[in-house]
Amino acid sequence: MTAHDIVIIGGGPAGLAAAAAARKAGIQDILILERDSCLGGILNQCIHNGFGLHTFKEELTGPEYAARYIRMVEEEQIPYKLNTMVIDINKDKEVTVINREDGLNTIKARAVILAMGCRERARGALNIPGYRPAGIYSAGTAQRLMNIEGYSVGKEVVILGSGDIGLIMARRMTLEGAKVKVVAELMPYSGGLKRNIVQCLDDYGIPLKLSHTVVDIQGKERVTGITLAEVGPDRRPIPGTEEHYACDTLLLSVGLLPENELSKGIGVSMSPITSGPEVNDQLETSAEGVFACGNVLHVHDLVDYVSEEATLAGTNAAAYVKAGREREAGHVAELKAENGVRYTVPQSIDIRNMQDKITVRFRVADVYKDRYISVYYDGVRVSKRKKKVLAPGEMEQVVLKKDSFADYPDLKNIVICTEVE
Amino acid sequence: MKEMNFDAVIIGGGVTGCAIARELSRYELHTCVVEREEDVCSGTSKANSAIVHAGHDAAPGSAKARFNVEGNRMMGQLAQDLDFEFKRNGSLILCFAEEDMPALQALYEKGIKNGVPDLKIITGDEARTMEPNLTDTVIAALYAPTGGIVCPFGLTIALAENACDNGVEFMFNTRVEQVKKTDGGYDVVTDGGVFHSTYVINAAGVYADEIHNMVSEKKLHIIPRKGDYCLLDKEAGHHVERTIFQLPGKLGKGVLVTPTVHGNLLTGPTATDIEDKEATRTTAKELAFVMEKANVSVKNVPFRQVITSFSGLRAHETGDDFVVGEAEDAENFFDAAGIESPGLTSAPAIGVYIAELVAGKAGAAKKENWNGRRKGFIRPEHMSKEERAALIKERPEYGAIVCRCEGVSEGEIMDAINRTLGAVSLDGIKRRVRQGMGRCQAGFCTPRTMEILARERGMKMEDICKNGTGSNMITGKKDK
Amino acid sequence: MEVRELICIGCPLGCPVTVKMDGGQVLEVTGNTCKRGDDYARKEVLSPTRIVTSSVHVSGGTIGMVSVKTKEDIPKGKIFEIMDEIRRVTVPAPVAIGDVVIADCAGTGVPIIATKDVAKA
Repeated sequence: MTAHDIVIIGGGPAGLAAAAAARKAGIQDILILERDSCLGGILNQCIHNGFGLHTFKEELTGPEYAARYIRMVEEEQIPYKLNTMVIDINKDKEVTVINREDGLNTIKARAVILAMGCRERARGALNIPGYRPAGIYSAGTAQRLMNIEGYSVGKEVVILGSGDIGLIMARRMTLEGAKVKVVAELMPYSGGLKRNIVQCLDDYGIPLKLSHTVVDIQGKERVTGITLAEVGPDRRPIPGTEEHYACDTLLLSVGLLPENELSKGIGVSMSPITSGPEVNDQLETSAEGVFACGNVLHVHDLVDYVSEEATLAGTNAAAYVKAGREREAGHVAELKAENGVRYTVPQSIDIRNMQDKITVRFRVADVYKDRYISVYYDGVRVSKRKKKVLAPGEMEQVVLKKDSFADYPDLKNIVICTEVE
Repeated sequence: MKEMNFDAVIIGGGVTGCAIARELSRYELHTCVVEREEDVCSGTSKANSAIVHAGHDAAPGSAKARFNVEGNRMMGQLAQDLDFEFKRNGSLILCFAEEDMPALQALYEKGIKNGVPDLKIITGDEARTMEPNLTDTVIAALYAPTGGIVCPFGLTIALAENACDNGVEFMFNTRVEQVKKTDGGYDVVTDGGVFHSTYVINAAGVYADEIHNMVSEKKLHIIPRKGDYCLLDKEAGHHVERTIFQLPGKLGKGVLVTPTVHGNLLTGPTATDIEDKEATRTTAKELAFVMEKANVSVKNVPFRQVITSFSGLRAHETGDDFVVGEAEDAENFFDAAGIESPGLTSAPAIGVYIAELVAGKAGAAKKENWNGRRKGFIRPEHMSKEERAALIKERPEYGAIVCRCEGVSEGEIMDAINRTLGAVSLDGIKRRVRQGMGRCQAGFCTPRTMEILARERGMKMEDICKNGTGSNMITGKKDK
Repeated sequence: MEVRELICIGCPLGCPVTVKMDGGQVLEVTGNTCKRGDDYARKEVLSPTRIVTSSVHVSGGTIGMVSVKTKEDIPKGKIFEIMDEIRRVTVPAPVAIGDVVIADCAGTGVPIIATKDVAKA
């Protein structure tokens, strides 16, 4: 068994930023474990631009954004292992890894940073009826086959789900000569960024059908067509609204799920809303010395926020290793998401020991117009910010400053909610 | 057109055909399995409840009863000999209403008559003690400890591999167009050649009536009875430990809830008689029915964790029993037709029965060097850490995990392709080593698995299929 | 006077922007929250442009494809012409981020550059 101060699970944007931050905070002995054959994670296949405006003040493609962080890791000579799968992490922070070269090994970590990212929801999770032919892809799989492997996956395409990957793939496949016939979205609003509707659909005249879903898949060998139907407010198909589309490919962009099999193995407490671990203001999970960041914690819309969050996790993991023990609990207040706010990350804040300020990230449950985002300290509204539009597809944030708690010595609950007034 | 001579031709490479092939391989007979799909286990055998039934359902004296009980009895030893996954987890048949109690009692008595061991009627509370997630409406249950679960792919593939290793030939992508009586036996006319054979065994699943009717005036009629299923994530795999049936009663036929040998939870099937023998197509209505009915037996089935749904066709013969044996008016033509539930359970027993009939007529001697044992796939995940580390040291490909959900390594995928009767498509690999069978349903591992398949088989990527001709995964190389 | 409602694609915020125009002249841009929005809106109503990204085959590299983009935004109407040129290219490894793959793509004067490093195999 080998031992390291910090073991980072995942070499995507979260893992890389966490590693760079931990090194900056003075930890020498770091190891990144990556299952793919290169660092950078999903960014490698996100060849479109639009990354990095917050972090680098310029617009980069996914590979370029990844390269910036890979360079930091390389320059700092932070060790990493590629093609290496973590198959288990136990409560003692013993990480079992497997790869070709070293076989099966156990690595003892003083701190673990979970940065495994997320995966796409598959057809099965939607229970779409019909045949099970070839030609049904989750959008990310098709993206990989096209952009990394260089294959074209289909000629006539219907896309279910208007998440960003689906929108990006609508454009991508159009550029490569495929005919994207329609993008259907179950909800009455898109799950993707507004800019992607404009530059991926509108630019190419691809219709977006809101409140629609796929109710049948035809074709026994390869997809030959699908049937779309409108759904009512209960999201069930409305009989009589069926429309047939001939196509050879159905792409699914129907949501991302944090990939927390390993986290569950450690036994950290999980949020049923985010499907990620519950964390405190240090991004530490309920297991001491185990931190989480990026899409494994909650699904982000922008990689810039992933990097920011991961930097915090890396810095805090470093502090934990240096202290040699867990921070003593000071004055812990719970964060509660209410009235249109679905969740918050973190879920609790140690007001006594927190840094000067903490960014609380969250998503809303529905599309809201002209609403306030309010913060309450034990029932007292301490801040409000008016937003023209709030949408579930876009992550929101509020910043809580340490000095704002000075007048609340017995604070128990911090509520973040939306309000009409 | 290719012509070949055989002693026996088995039409159909499902579990029944493969069981017959394996049993026939004991004898000095030149035997061939003709299968229209690219692989064994491609029809009814791949989409069913995966249950080894105890044997209380069939009418006493029926072929179903006989082969079910016998097949169940054989399964344990067979699983050892052929190294496939089988677990005797026991089953419960639930009763929900006082007025159905006589039916439960009748089922018990039928089971006793059929020779099912250790049957017991228990109270609702006793049943809930065994299975805490049963609903409060359960008032009694028939407990059958000999009920079990099996991997239907594992069973069929094991039988086929063992048959092949003992000299049986397999012809894939070969569709039987005609069976003609000749002086010495039969000509099996296919789209891949004519096979002259003394004996023909019809194990053609939903098409067994068509094959039978080519040679016999005593017509069979098989109705495809469609069943839709939902398969749930392994996280739900312990929701029940035993197979939970519903007593056919005022609620209709009912659906089952069962763990699978791989630790998932399976619910289904519906029972819809259809015309089209190819229509393995789930419908929203039937999937909803499965969910609704499952909740009658078991509380809080976590349907949010469905990872896939699928549909299978049972070959229901209108006579409502298996048709097993030599056709009355066609000598040396043997049927294994109408093999619906409990067909999977019965297959090993049907195999022995048919093989003995054929070998008896042929006066065939047993092979001296027949080897009835087959080693299953290497499953590093089931090894101790030390064993696994040693394996990877020797063969590094077992250290490269391709399918993360099911922990399947490149080595296992290579095995699936390169073994006896190896996989030629992605689904073939999936059925052998579970690549892509997990919660992400091959989202992550598809590109890598395609590459491995292309490399090992010397295929072009654009020729890689999901499951058989025409199911190509990609339309070509980009830009070319 | 003509009024056009746009969604700014300058960054992921996606601000709704209103452009007031008269003839070929932009009179006023409102709704934007930064200068990018103003720039975008003026361009979008008069001569819209886009960045095009794709990936091209690499020969002799550790991986088979390298991602590329137009170094600057190009006229929207040229997108498919540019794709036609990109599609025909294969570049030899090694490739570094910023390497020019096509010097002047589809007569726009804008080069196509690599957005990923690919080492020699």
